Amino acid sequence: MKQGFFEIIENIPLTDSVYKMTLKGDVSAITAPGQFVNIKLEGLYLRRPISVCDVEGNTLTIIYKVVGKGTQQLSQMQEGTLDVLTGLGNGYDLTAAGDSPVLLGGGVGVPPMYLLAKKLLAEGKKVRVILGFNTAAEVFYEEQFRALGASVAVTTVDGSYGTKGFVTDVLNTESYSHFYTCGPEPMLKAVYKASTTSGQMSFEKRMGCGFGACMGCSCKTITGYKRICKEGPVMRKEEILWED
Amino acid sequence: MGRLNVNLCGIELDNPVIPASGTFGYGYEYAELFDINCLGTFSFKGTTKDPRFGNPTPRIAECTAGMINAVGLQNPGVEKVISEELPKLKKCFHKPVMANVSGFSIEDYAYTCEKLDAQEQVGWLEVNVSCPNVHGGGMSFGTDPKAAAEVTAAVKKVTTKPVIVKLSPNVTDIVSIAKACEDAGADGISLINTMLGMRIDLRTRKPIIANKMGGFSGSAIFPVAVRMVYQVANAVKVPVVGMGGVTTAEDVIEMMLAGATAVEIGAANLVDPWVCRDIINALPEVMDKYRINSLSEIIGGTK
Repeated sequence: MKQGFFEIIENIPLTDSVYKMTLKGDVSAITAPGQFVNIKLEGLYLRRPISVCDVEGNTLTIIYKVVGKGTQQLSQMQEGTLDVLTGLGNGYDLTAAGDSPVLLGGGVGVPPMYLLAKKLLAEGKKVRVILGFNTAAEVFYEEQFRALGASVAVTTVDGSYGTKGFVTDVLNTESYSHFYTCGPEPMLKAVYKASTTSGQMSFEKRMGCGFGACMGCSCKTITGYKRICKEGPVMRKEEILWED
Repeated sequence: MGRLNVNLCGIELDNPVIPASGTFGYGYEYAELFDINCLGTFSFKGTTKDPRFGNPTPRIAECTAGMINAVGLQNPGVEKVISEELPKLKKCFHKPVMANVSGFSIEDYAYTCEKLDAQEQVGWLEVNVSCPNVHGGGMSFGTDPKAAAEVTAAVKKVTTKPVIVKLSPNVTDIVSIAKACEDAGADGISLINTMLGMRIDLRTRKPIIANKMGGFSGSAIFPVAVRMVYQVANAVKVPVVGMGGVTTAEDVIEMMLAGATAVEIGAANLVDPWVCRDIINALPEVMDKYRINSLSEIIGGTK
């Protein structure tokens, strides 16, 4: 983990409520896709954890949805410097991918799939990406994934764009060597059930510190108690213990 | 002796800065970030007789200038703390550590304290009679002078190291509880633990915290903490460890003027993990500004 002061380069809306922010600073602590950063915002006590979408040179890209005070404030910032803790959490393990991994992102679970797809493609993998949204107006980053060289499918719950249904409706018709996913918990559960291979899933939980000190985001797994912020957010399918 | 030194219950500290229990784990997460030997000491994660997962999540809620937590004393239990956590800590921290202990019966407290008292690394026992998070436990001891005194006496009977009793602010008369602990043999008093708080989500109309209520901490509670430290320090003869919302070197000095011999820093670590190191580094300059030669001179120095 490292503390860095990042300069805001760009902050643009991708949809009505989803923003993409590009930051410049020391990204050396970010070592794996699936990690997150924790951002200090003026007047708010706790930092805001946001997943890493991309890292290139000294540029960090985050994509976030405006859901509360913190993300609202973040969406209004056009310039300035942010106090950011980087390199948080255990990211995705690329070595388990096999030849043809599938990446499933749902809503604001899509961003971490981007750096993951980039890294897997760089290793010569055949990468399939399935992006799930509620409706056409919420779709983002389809083209960016295609530009990387991944094969992309999009699903919308209401059928207004791409395949009607959930990411699992596409997943069920395909074969793959390993799965990687990030999205809302009902989606993770559906992917867990539908998947036919080993895989990794990224979880979200309300955090205190984001670096393993406060035990605010603990969960039970088959292999013991884990902290979403430290041993997670990425967990292996085999260790997950659903709470209900 | 340096300008920052203080003596806490017979043990010399290089400075009065002590990360508070529950915000610093067993130290080694922070040892990856800075040399934690710069600290006066630190109070490790509240330890109980048996392992505990703690409360369901969400355990954390944001507040103006603070936060609420209801972790529920998640810890691996005293046996594992001794066999696994303390050996790991030994590699990165070479000073006496403060062992924070919680319990659900007087026997629990005595059992856990006796085990930890026997550990060479442990300098002090900080007995938490105030954790507001656990049903049927903690809270009741800290809100009743008689129960708090019973825990203190039971722990004193089986230990040799200084016993510091950590008090809850969620009481009508904190002075009577502090005095009861002192009379029962406490070597020091630390305060304040978190204040009982609650937040409700407007969208779902449900409490944000799964446990409904939790402990409110952070800079918002600092004035309450200063007031209570002042009241207690003026009523007892044993050293007082002050805490509650301390965030800056100025706060440390204010807490010491109120009567604290040493100062614990809690929630601030979670927002800025380097804050204790930075406060220690900032202290000499702030002392110069207020013409303070040595910190030990200003303890209880409120005019």
